[in-house]
Order: sequence, then C-alpha cells, then structure tokens
Amino acid sequence: MEDRSTTGSWRNKLGFWKWAIASVLFRLILTYFSKNLNLSSRPEVSTPLTSLRRLAEGYWLKQLSMSPYSGSMYHGSPLLLSILGPLTVKKIGGLSSELLCSLVSVVADFISAILIRATGTSLVRAHLRNWKSLGLDKLSKGNEVVPSGDIAALVYLWNPFTIVSCIGFNTSAIENMFVVMSLYGASAGLVPLAAFGWVVSSHLSLYPIVLVIPVVFLLGYGLDAPPRKLFALSNLQGGEKRSTDHAELNSLNDKFSKTNFSWWRVIIFFLWASVWTSYVLIMCVISMKEYGGLGEMFKRTYGFILAIEDLSPNIGVLWYFFAEVFDFFRNFFLIVFHVNILFMILPLAIRLNHRPCFLAFVYLAVSSMLKSYPSVGDSALYLSLLVLFVNELAEMQFTFFLFCGYVGISLLSPVMHNLWIWRGTGNANFYFATAIGYACFQIILVVESVSAMLNHDRKIRKLCNKV
Amino acid sequence: MSRFKAFLLLFLALFSVTASIKVEELNEEFTEALLLRPLPDRKVLAHFHFRSSAPPSQRYGRHHHIFPKSIHQLVHKFQVREMELSFTQGRWNYERWGGFDPISSCNAKPPGVELWAEFDVPQNQVDDSWKNLAHALSGLFCASINFLERSTSYSAPHWSFGSASGKLRYGTLPREAVCTENLTPWLKLLPCRDKAGLSSLMDRPSTYQGYYHSQRLHLKSDESDASETSTGIVLEQTLTVVLRPETFSEKALQPNWSLSSLFGRSVSGKCSLSSSSNVYVQFEQNLVSAGDKLREVSEASENAISVGEGFQDNPLFELSHPPKRVIRESGNFQKAGSILYEFSVEDSNEFKPFDLRLNWKAPVAWSSPQAPLQASRFLLGSGNERGAIAISMKSTRSTNNVEGTGGYDENECWLRVGIFQMVPWYVKVYYHTLKLFLDGEPQSSTENIEKILVSPSEDKVSTGVMELILRLPCSVRTAALTLEFDKGFLHIDEYPPDANQGFDIPSAVILFADFVANMSLHENSLKQVPILSKLQEEVPVISYTEVLLVPLTTPDFSMPYNVITITCTVFALYFGSILNALRRRISEEEKLLSRKGARKASPLTLMISKLTAKLRGKPWEPPEPSDLAGRSSSKYKLVAKVALVAGVAAAWQLYFQ
Repeated sequence: MEDRSTTGSWRNKLGFWKWAIASVLFRLILTYFSKNLNLSSRPEVSTPLTSLRRLAEGYWLKQLSMSPYSGSMYHGSPLLLSILGPLTVKKIGGLSSELLCSLVSVVADFISAILIRATGTSLVRAHLRNWKSLGLDKLSKGNEVVPSGDIAALVYLWNPFTIVSCIGFNTSAIENMFVVMSLYGASAGLVPLAAFGWVVSSHLSLYPIVLVIPVVFLLGYGLDAPPRKLFALSNLQGGEKRSTDHAELNSLNDKFSKTNFSWWRVIIFFLWASVWTSYVLIMCVISMKEYGGLGEMFKRTYGFILAIEDLSPNIGVLWYFFAEVFDFFRNFFLIVFHVNILFMILPLAIRLNHRPCFLAFVYLAVSSMLKSYPSVGDSALYLSLLVLFVNELAEMQFTFFLFCGYVGISLLSPVMHNLWIWRGTGNANFYFATAIGYACFQIILVVESVSAMLNHDRKIRKLCNKV
Repeated sequence: MSRFKAFLLLFLALFSVTASIKVEELNEEFTEALLLRPLPDRKVLAHFHFRSSAPPSQRYGRHHHIFPKSIHQLVHKFQVREMELSFTQGRWNYERWGGFDPISSCNAKPPGVELWAEFDVPQNQVDDSWKNLAHALSGLFCASINFLERSTSYSAPHWSFGSASGKLRYGTLPREAVCTENLTPWLKLLPCRDKAGLSSLMDRPSTYQGYYHSQRLHLKSDESDASETSTGIVLEQTLTVVLRPETFSEKALQPNWSLSSLFGRSVSGKCSLSSSSNVYVQFEQNLVSAGDKLREVSEASENAISVGEGFQDNPLFELSHPPKRVIRESGNFQKAGSILYEFSVEDSNEFKPFDLRLNWKAPVAWSSPQAPLQASRFLLGSGNERGAIAISMKSTRSTNNVEGTGGYDENECWLRVGIFQMVPWYVKVYYHTLKLFLDGEPQSSTENIEKILVSPSEDKVSTGVMELILRLPCSVRTAALTLEFDKGFLHIDEYPPDANQGFDIPSAVILFADFVANMSLHENSLKQVPILSKLQEEVPVISYTEVLLVPLTTPDFSMPYNVITITCTVFALYFGSILNALRRRISEEEKLLSRKGARKASPLTLMISKLTAKLRGKPWEPPEPSDLAGRSSSKYKLVAKVALVAGVAAAWQLYFQ
C-alpha cells in the first residue's frame, strides 16, 4: 500500500536484488513447510479455477483416457493441464509433487516481479520526460521522483497475499505472470509479447480480456502521460514564448498530440493476437480432440466462470448471493453482475485514456473484486500495480484506513471461516460479512485511487497554467 | 351318420384333452416356503420365500389367475428384463449372522430402498424406462422411489450387478423409512395376501420389532424373446426377518422358540393356491459339526450306539414335529454340511395349527460362515470442508472355518475383491487420491488394482461411480482404501427440510466374484422346490457396507432477502461511487464548462440559468459574447445530432416492421 511505498525508499538503497533474492529464499523455505501450512485448502488462496489439486484430478482422469472436465472438478485450460499435470504426479529424488509445483510458482512470481520492475522504470522515465516537456521539472525539484518499479516489484514479492498464494499450490501466480507480461510487452513496445500475454492470460482466466483496451492505448499513445491537451497547450504557450523555429520542440510535442495514435502498431498487435489465439486454440483442439473438442472446453472453463456453478465460499460476495437467491432470478442477477464489470469499461477508458497503465490497474482491481471466484492472488497483483503509481498517487486519501482494513479483513476472514466450517459455532453470515467488508475496502481503494489520479491531472493542469 | 357323429365327438374330446394338457403345461404357479435358522447370537432368522410365475403371454394370453396383473403390466410396459427392489430396515450383521451363504448374499440389503433393473430396450431409451419404472413402483409400493428418477440418484454400473450390457440402472435411497405401508402392497401381490398360508405369520408388530427386516421383490422375465424355451415372468418375493425369541431359558442355552412365540401367530393350513407350502429349519454347518462333536463325546461316555440321522436323538435340540425329510448338504473337506429339516404345513388346519417348536438341550456356541473379508466403511477427518472415505477390509481367515470354495493356495494365491461405490455429487471425490493400504503399508495402487472404472460425478447432473477390482494376496490381514473428498455447498433450495441431519452416501458393495455361496444338494429332485433351487443357485458372495452420514455446511436459510439487498447495495456503492469519481468536476472546470455552455446558450437555457442563479441566490453572470462562427458551427452540430437520432429511430422502426 501507500505507506509501504514511503518506507520503500530506504529499501531500494539497500539494493533491490538483495531483497528480491531474500524473498525468493523466504518462499523456498516456506515451500519446504507447505505441507504443514496446508494453505492449498484455504478458500482465500485456491479457488475451483486455480486449485492445483483439481488440476491433478483432471490430469489423472486424462491419464485414464477420460475427459479431464468430466466430473466438474477441473475448470482450467487444457494446456495448463499438459504442462503442469505431469508435475503433480512426478516425484524426482524425494521431491514431492507439491514442491515441484511450488517451484514453478516461485519462478513465475520472480519473473512477474522483474517485469513489474521493468514496467515501473519505464513509467518513471516517461514521467520525468513528460514533466520536462511540460516545463514542470523545475517546479518539482523539491520532491524527488521515487523509483516506483523497484518498490512495486518488492511489494509484489513481499506481499503476504502473493507469498500465500505462491505456496498455496495453485495457478494464480502463473495467471498473474501472463497479465504482467502483456502489460510489460505493451509498455516496452514488444507487440508480440503483449499479444501473447494478453491471449494466454485471457485464455487462462477470461477476465484479462478487458485488458485489450489499456494495451491498445499503450501501443497507440505510449506510456502514461498527463492529458494530451496540456501538451498542445504548452506547445502553444511555448510557441508564444519562444521563437517558432524551435523545430525539435514542436516535433516532441507533436508526438503527444491526439492525432498521433499509431494505428500501425495496434493493427500489428491484433495480427499477433489473432496468430497467438489461433495457436492456443489449435493446441487446445489437439489436446481436447477425444473429449468433446472446443465446445466442451469453453463450456467447462468460461461457462463455469460465467454461470457461477460452484457455490463454495470464497472471498468474493457472489457465492453466497447465488446460494441464497431464488432460482428464477438467477439468470437475471448473473447478467447484472457480469455487466457491472463491462459497464465501467467505457467511462474509465474515456476518462483515463492518457494513462493506460493506470487504466489496466483499475480494470484488474474491478475484475478481481467482481469476478466469480476471486482469490488473494488477484489482490496481490493489483496492489503491486498500484504501487507503480506512487509518484502520481502521493496525495491519495484514506491510505492508512485502507491498509488497516486489508490487514483486518485478512486476519478476520480465516477466523470466521474457521468458526463456521470447522467449529460450527458461527454461521455463514459471519464469513459473508468479512467478504462484504473486503468488497467495500476494494471499492474504496479503486474509487480513491481513480479520484487521486484525476486530481493529480488537475494539479498538473493548474501548474501548466501557472507556467 | 350317427357313427360319424360319434367319431367326431370322440375326436373333439380327444382334442380337448390334448389341449387341456397343453394348458396345464403352461400353468401359472405359486409356491410358498419359510426357512428358519437359529443364529449364533440367540436370534432367529426367518426367511419367507414366495415365487409366482406366469408363462409367456404370447402363448398363454394376458389373463392370469394367480400372477399379479400389475407386475405383468409393469414388465410389459417398461420391457424389464430383470429387476430387484428391496426395502430394508436395520443392518445385516455380517460378523454374527454370516456372510457366506446364499441368504446373506441375496437378502442382506443396504438400509432403505435399493432398486436395480435391466431393460430390454435400445440404449438411448434406458434412462426413460428407468424413470417411468421408478414412478410406477413408487405408486405401487407407496414409497418415495420416484426420487430415484433424478439423474443425481442413480447410476449405470458396468460390472458389479448382473450382466455388463449397459442397460442396467442402479439406485438407492438410504434414508427411506420402511414400514407397514410398504409391506401391505407387497403382500397384495401374493394370491392369498396374508389371509392364509405362511404369509399369515406376518404379524406387523412382531415383524417390525425385529433386528433386521428386508422385503425384496425380484423379477425376471424373458418375455421379449419369443422362443419356445422362454419361461415367462418369474416373480420372487422374499421377506427376511431377524427376530429375537422372547422366551426365558437358561443363560447358557440358546433360547427355545416356536412359530407362535416368534410371530405371535401360527400357521393354520396352506394357501390353497400354492403348489407347495413348506417350512424348513436350517442348521448351519458349524452348528452341525458342533453337534457332531457333542454327540461323539456323549457316545464315548455313555457307550451308546449311534442311531444315525434321526432328529429325535440329537443331543443339541429337539423339534416338536417330525420332519417330512432331512436334507443334508454334501459338505466339503470331509466335514458335514448344513442340514435342512423340511416340514409341510398341508395337513394343518384351524383346529390343529402348525406351530413348530425348537427346544435346545445342550449349550452350544458356533459361528456363522464368513465372507473372506469383512468390510466396513467410515469417514475420516472433521469439519465441514473436506474429509475422506475409508473402506477397510479385515481378513476373516482366523475365524473362518470354511477354507474357501474359491480355493486357497498358499503359494500363488490372489483374492479378487470387487468394490462398487456410488457417491452423490455434493461429495466431490478426488479419485486421484485413491490410496490402498495392505496390512497398514501404503501400496502403489497399480500393482493391486486389477481393473478400475471411474465415472466422476457432475455437479447437479450425475452421481459419481467407482468400480474397481482389487487383487490382494491371500495372506493379507487388513486392506484399506481411502479416497479424499471436498464437501460441496448447495443452493438453499437443494437442502432437504432437515438439512442439519446430514446427507447419506449409499452403501458400497463388496463383491467376491471368485467365491460362490450356494448349498450343494445332490438330489436332483430337490431342484423342483423353488426355495431349494434358489439356495443351490451359484451366486457370488456380496456384502454391503454401512451407509455413511456426511454432514454438510448449511447457509443461513432465513437470509435470502438480506443477502440480496446487502449484495446489491455493495454493487450500487461500487457503481455509483466510481461513476461519481469519474464525472466529478471541480469549481474551475465547472466555471469553464458553464462559460462554454453559456456561449452556446439559446434564450431558453439563458432563462433557465437565470432562474437557477436566482434560486441559488447568486448573482447571475451574463454569458460572454461569443464569435458568430463558433455559434453557427455549434448549430450545425446540433442539426447533425438531431438528424442522426432521427435516422437511428427511423432505421429502428424499419427494422422492426
């Protein structure tokens, strides 16, 4: 969270790599004890979609030449099954299968942290460049620019949510890695990588499909910047102030002008996306050939996500809602809740189109809040992406309150779950109350960060007007 | 002419005689029998056996004298080839009452209702036939068999029951309460009901206060194949009761009993429609050999001369009636087999009722023959999130004197055990966690599992079925099988009224396919009697495990409105606050916008802005004069917008016309 980022400044002096390696070592140590921690059975950590135990069941069924989806156990991608499946049964030199899978998660976490760091450094560079081009660099001498990439990566690596979901024998670390990969690819201009990350992550968990909008903005307009109008304005003012023959300044500002949406890269992105999509689909067809083909796969993966068939408790609010709602309203509410995610896409895209990375963060936060089977792994991802915008969101409100809220919920929720499920002294409402609380905190976080970002843009506008 | 007439008459008479003979060949038949057997734990097993058969309707027609018409219609309507329905209360105690004889293999049933049926219809109509049959039986027997119609409560086993045709369906209702309302329609199928014959013994209070009660209906039909050999429909109704005689006797002695003390009634004559009406008393092999030993001892001490097979001189017991005949099972391994005493109730009447009495003369202890492994099933784990099913099988060899008809060979000897386990969908079994322990040691499952067939359950659609054949070494003492599962969470409508009681997992079936439980009686004439031919039939040894009760977590049933409103409030909070954050303008921007708006303002909007300013109590700022060009362009824009909206509306209208 935000207060972490303030303490993060001394961390990066000690060196990013030291802490990154320490976090990996910490994970490895915890992995060794993962059997005793038994995190894989926590509802907060592994959902029906991400649980590797279910994947192992699917793999076992496939080995018996049955459809991996028969039996409503496995709901993930068939590709993940053929990659991770063998790991769930293999035992190499006394290493248990869980250890192997956790190692994969550790590697995935480390890669995502590195990619977040790279994205962050390029964001900081863009930030500095923009301020310079707006002529605000002299004003901001007082407050130094924080290397947000390092902090975000460390927050990702040391976030208890990430650590827990890394050891918790599930696939959310891998899904997160592909999401981050797509963002990094788009921000670094690596179109094929962006397309690959986007296609694979939406293949794995459906919700990252909305990331196509920020990725297109990133490729079209470039990295996060103040509103483009300001550049035009400063260009105008600069033109008045200085002599008009400053051709290079003009060209610099032209780069940010609205007309400069590089359609070419977007078209290449979509070409690559279609290439990767067809590749992934062909692979799926090959692996699902005997078990009902693609139709069966979509029904069992996306259909399972959209229809919310599994009503086992998780940290979201939808499981209890659909366990209680009257059957003839079920379809109506299914549509309402899914459309809630889609409805916000357009207003957010209009208002935040100049900050595509931040837009991606908002989309991820919203979808991890409203998705049908949320887990703490999703929260871990958007929390570390939030830290990428330390410089812009310095004036965000309620940060301490939100931090306390997250800590409180993550302590209370297991207690309530224990009371309800294991001891039988509480009931479902106790646990649902923490889920509602968690949803409220997430809403506050999203709303506050969006309004803080908009205020930041207003501040820049004001500063520009002064200059 | 008269001679010709006489000839014709003679011919007609002859013809009619031959015709009547043919009809007699194809007659319906009904037999009744009662088998009584003392059990080692001072209880008595009473096994009623009624068999009615109808010849094939192609040759015999559709009208019956004895055979129940409802069953005939059932068989014809749903093309049932074989069917078995049982209503059971209590659990058969395999340890004490035996698990290696025809009666325990065929008549020890899981608690509640069990139904399996095989149909003679195309594969795609089997499920429909099953559903219809379940409904029909539900009406016929006043039971909630119709719940077996749901696809989540029945399954299609492949090997464990009957033939592997794929047209067999199996379902159980473990919680069905069995009582007189199920017995009465069952008795209705008998030609004499419970008015005469052996069925008149079925006094409801004494029948239902027993330790075990299982009424079973088994029918087999080969109506569909029109060959000459077809036997038509055979309906077999059995009622198996384990009762405790209410008599006072010495502690060491087994309790003496008579029919009237067991049932509170006695038999007064046979059912006049039945072709045979016998009572059998069976003494098990171990009891017989115990008696033989006793006799040898007494002979040695008294120097008396053995009379032979008499029943009077038996040192163990005394029967009140002389048996019509004594049937000895040909024992194996030079041991005596079990003995059946046959009594006929035909010569009894109301004034001289048949009231068989058994008096014990010497204390005796014996044990019933056991199945090679004794299975029990239990749940592991606590809490309402997950657990494990364990099936443990204990070898009975130390207690088992029957050294197996399947043949134990100490060197290379394998014991094949079939397990059939049906699990409802809300118990989500992870079949990959199947673990096998032999004598407490975990085994690699591939070695000892000969064959496995899993069809996992699908949420709200089908039950999960696991059929497997284990191949265990004969020397094994204990074998255990564990399967982990997660407990499902249901929608509130899916919980039964008493949700906190828990849910039942139907009994697992343990099948010893290599072992055959039958009595080997040598005399061929005995095959004529249905109950004896049934006892001689080679049936695989089957035992059922306990029903498991799985408590599932319940949501709060009183909360639907609260949950709906609170969740919708949260969603509204999200939607509203984000939208507000996105479209909020701060004072400067507002000023800028109002200036812009005023520039475009028409007289009407001017007036409105004046009015609002007055209402707010602020001085009205007149809009700044703007350039004409901007105004005209905005006008064009407005016109274009109006045109666009009109165009869209027109297109909409056209599209729907």
